[in-house]
Amino acid sequence: MALDISANPIGQPVDRVDGRLKVTGGAPYAYEHRLERAPAYGVIVPATIAKGRVRAIDATAAEAAPGVLLVMTHRNAPKQPAFGPPRASARFARARPYLGDDRVRHWGEPVAFVVADTFEAARAAAALVTVEYQAETPVLGLERHLKAAYAPETINVGMKTDTSEGDFEAAFAAGPVTVDATYHVAQQHHMALEPHAAIASWEGDEVTVRTSTQNVANTRKALAATLEIPLEKVRIVSPYVGGGFGGKLGMRAEVVLAAFGARTLKRPVKVAQSRQQVFSNVGHRPEAIQRVRLSATRDGKLTGVSHEVWMQSSPIEEFAEQTASSTRALYGAPSILTRHRLVNLDMQGGEPVRAPGEAPGLLALESAVDELAHKLGLDPVEMRILNDTQTDPEKKVPFSSRKLVECLREGAARFGWSDRPKAPRERRDGPTLIGYGVAAAIRPNYLGPCAATVRVAEDRTVRVRTDMTDIGTGTYTILAQVAAEELGVPLHAVTVELGDSRFPVSPGSGGSWGAASSASAVLDAARKVKAEMARTDEARVFEATGSVKGMRETQSYKDYSQYCFGAHFAEVAVDEDTGEIRLRRMLGAFAAGRILNAKTARSQMIGGMIWGVSSALFEEAVVDPRFGHVVNGDLGEYHVAAHADVPNVDAFFIEEHDDKANPLGAKGVGELGICGAGAAVANAVFNATGVRVREFPITLDKVLVG
Amino acid sequence: MTPFTYERAADAAAAAKAVAERPDAAFIAGGTNLVDLMKLGVARPKHLVDVSRLKLDAIDETEDGGLVVGAQVKNSALAADARVRRAYPLLSRALLAGASGQLRNAASTGGNLLQRTRCPYFTNTATPCNKRTPGSGCSALGGFNRIHAVLGASDACIATHPSDMAVAMTALDAQVRTVTGDGATREIPVSELYRDPAQGPDADTVLAHGELITAVRLPPPPPGRQVYRKVRDRASYAFALVSVAAVVDARDGQVLGGRLALGGVAHKPWRVAEAEQALSAESRPEASFDAAADAALKGARGYGANDFKIDLAKRTIRRTLADAAGLSS
Repeated sequence: MALDISANPIGQPVDRVDGRLKVTGGAPYAYEHRLERAPAYGVIVPATIAKGRVRAIDATAAEAAPGVLLVMTHRNAPKQPAFGPPRASARFARARPYLGDDRVRHWGEPVAFVVADTFEAARAAAALVTVEYQAETPVLGLERHLKAAYAPETINVGMKTDTSEGDFEAAFAAGPVTVDATYHVAQQHHMALEPHAAIASWEGDEVTVRTSTQNVANTRKALAATLEIPLEKVRIVSPYVGGGFGGKLGMRAEVVLAAFGARTLKRPVKVAQSRQQVFSNVGHRPEAIQRVRLSATRDGKLTGVSHEVWMQSSPIEEFAEQTASSTRALYGAPSILTRHRLVNLDMQGGEPVRAPGEAPGLLALESAVDELAHKLGLDPVEMRILNDTQTDPEKKVPFSSRKLVECLREGAARFGWSDRPKAPRERRDGPTLIGYGVAAAIRPNYLGPCAATVRVAEDRTVRVRTDMTDIGTGTYTILAQVAAEELGVPLHAVTVELGDSRFPVSPGSGGSWGAASSASAVLDAARKVKAEMARTDEARVFEATGSVKGMRETQSYKDYSQYCFGAHFAEVAVDEDTGEIRLRRMLGAFAAGRILNAKTARSQMIGGMIWGVSSALFEEAVVDPRFGHVVNGDLGEYHVAAHADVPNVDAFFIEEHDDKANPLGAKGVGELGICGAGAAVANAVFNATGVRVREFPITLDKVLVG
Repeated sequence: MTPFTYERAADAAAAAKAVAERPDAAFIAGGTNLVDLMKLGVARPKHLVDVSRLKLDAIDETEDGGLVVGAQVKNSALAADARVRRAYPLLSRALLAGASGQLRNAASTGGNLLQRTRCPYFTNTATPCNKRTPGSGCSALGGFNRIHAVLGASDACIATHPSDMAVAMTALDAQVRTVTGDGATREIPVSELYRDPAQGPDADTVLAHGELITAVRLPPPPPGRQVYRKVRDRASYAFALVSVAAVVDARDGQVLGGRLALGGVAHKPWRVAEAEQALSAESRPEASFDAAADAALKGARGYGANDFKIDLAKRTIRRTLADAAGLSS
């Protein structure tokens, strides 16, 4: 490598160490692992009602079809433990039975599983399975069932369901300037490029599953619990993951059914969910209605902030997105009220999706803040700066680091914010109206308990091992950088091995804690090895296991409030005749501690921002209340941004080193990019048109009506 | 996907004969739509006759100054053809507004005309659909019908035809050439290719089983400037909510005549004679365009989620006509 980075590689824009392998097809994803023995192919048959029972299944034709080896239904599936109550403390580790009984709890739930010699034979036979249902009337439609809303014990990540600082109602009544706006965020889906897939194989009473998971340890626990076998008998292998976005935090049907099929047939079985199936079998971001109320002085100082959320949940499995949680820490208002309520519908439960809570919550909050700035005639950048706080309003402790103001100022300067159209409909370009928008970004910084081993061979090559996953973010690369720098070896001397339950346990990829957690553990292991090597001149193998404690056991997470911050700036063009909204350019400024790899970190921020554009303008899964299925359940009609929709998106980092966060001073970047990004686009649409659309996604019909 | 047998036809007549002889046979060319439908269990042919290698991939000039486009000319090749770009920019633009680069490289001219609706209740075998299973009902009525028809629909089916290319061809008076299993050939105006859904939505076109499209003939281009405008939810890879193919012959601020066809609003490209007559009816072009928009949308009806299309279509027509006339503000 031309750069002299072997001496100091942390932070450098190093190319992905696994990049060549991936683009040349050498990195096996879940469905692609080659085993000694040819696998059989399993295909899932999904339920086509939302609620009821399977009265009869006729598998005769499927069983007689060419190449078919097995048709499994609830009648011949192995006995499994019950799923248990809707609420569980270790929700990703508990048993998740499939084909366990004759109940249908949501559209798309597996009702049969067909295994054949080839994928084509299995798919053809799956279409021959006929199922007779005793359907019940499902409870569907969030808005029509709001009266049934209830308060969960806690919301995701164990956060409080409701909070109240100061007297919001009194502040709001006193005004003098208020905003009271209700926003609606559609149901969204993960849509990882790689769908859920698994290959299971048994050796005696031990099962190995090659799958696509964000968290190896969770999948291992959940499969052991479902199969009712000891944890040691389960091995999970997941070296490459084609995107997760929260949809692969837990184990799903393909893992369990592949294991059953392989055990029954005494032969490896591989299963992938189809694109259509992942719309109904891996969770989603629940549809939510959010009411935001703000009160402020005439000069723009917030006196009260309230954020109330009603969202879909499921009687099977409770999931409460922490939608109003960012509102507890973003602005320093003297009164802040937040509230989360759930409505059970006969659908699958929600799951974390791309910054759960923060992303949809900031769509609403940061739109409302823009509404207030407009009402007051203030520059929305300046109004946000005016309401900055260096003390967490909820926890009453200082932030470990907080450079929101720097992000806003530097971002505004680089974007050319001073040139913005001050009033809606002020600027035109041909048949389009041009608008600028801004929004703040905030996301918690987490640290999970993690272990890793570092081994230095006699030839001074280094091997790093942890069960941490790389879901496309660059984990392989940053861990190699950290080990290389600490041990003073060239980057190419380091081999990183990930995603195997035989390796030390990590918290996996999720909540943007992967880099800080796994890199801290690798740093610790490398330091131990280095200390060991310093004690001797022997040329031998050195190996040490390092670790880092999770945030719950770390004092600095009690003494300081830990978040990452940012600011988004967007320019849109809206066609005045057709209402079509097209992003012209977007810039994100972020402060997220020490950046371990300038290139992969920037890529993550840009990816997050593009998802933010999608959530503002495109993403909406439409559930048909007559059937309970996602009507537009494929990537032709469930729209995410295409390349042409994101012509110019850029991001940069404000220099920061957060010594309160972890030994590296790094913080999580993965989900920060989406936080607030959609609101910047929405605010730009308002600035262009004068139309405030509060129902996301903002499609052209809503702009035209406005 | 139902298992099927496969053959490559030697020539067009043999292909037509091979399909005509078997009720469960189908033609396959690029397969960009058919194979998807087979995977979903929507289409279940037992025998495929591959016509993609037939020598139907030439674009030839006709004596009257038009073009004959072979049915196996790929969408990308047709869009890039210099003669098409020069004389029929409307067609080139429409093609490039459709699908994605990969799909256009595989999709054929004949297949584009015959692609099936993207109604999500049609492509999901678990929901009732009269087009897929006659008599089962239309789930789009009372369902999510944002992309559905506002013109020419019936209570049996409110699906739209998804093609952009066909909209341009309709405006250009294109003629579809076919051959049947017994060797008979005929020429059908594109505007008459698609069946009224009230006659039974399960059959999309008037083509007989085994009747193969061999070419599309484009008459000499009409006078005037051609503009294709596609309105969609995202900038690429999305079907038209509304599209407008317009040809306007304007001189010195006066509109002498033109053509107008709409996509995304009906089971076929929608062309209304009264709307075209209105183009030159008023002395003030803007008034003509308003009248044309109203005439084109005459009888339009929304079904809930697609109500917005009526106004959107009128707005897009007015604007596109103005663009074509060179009168945009």
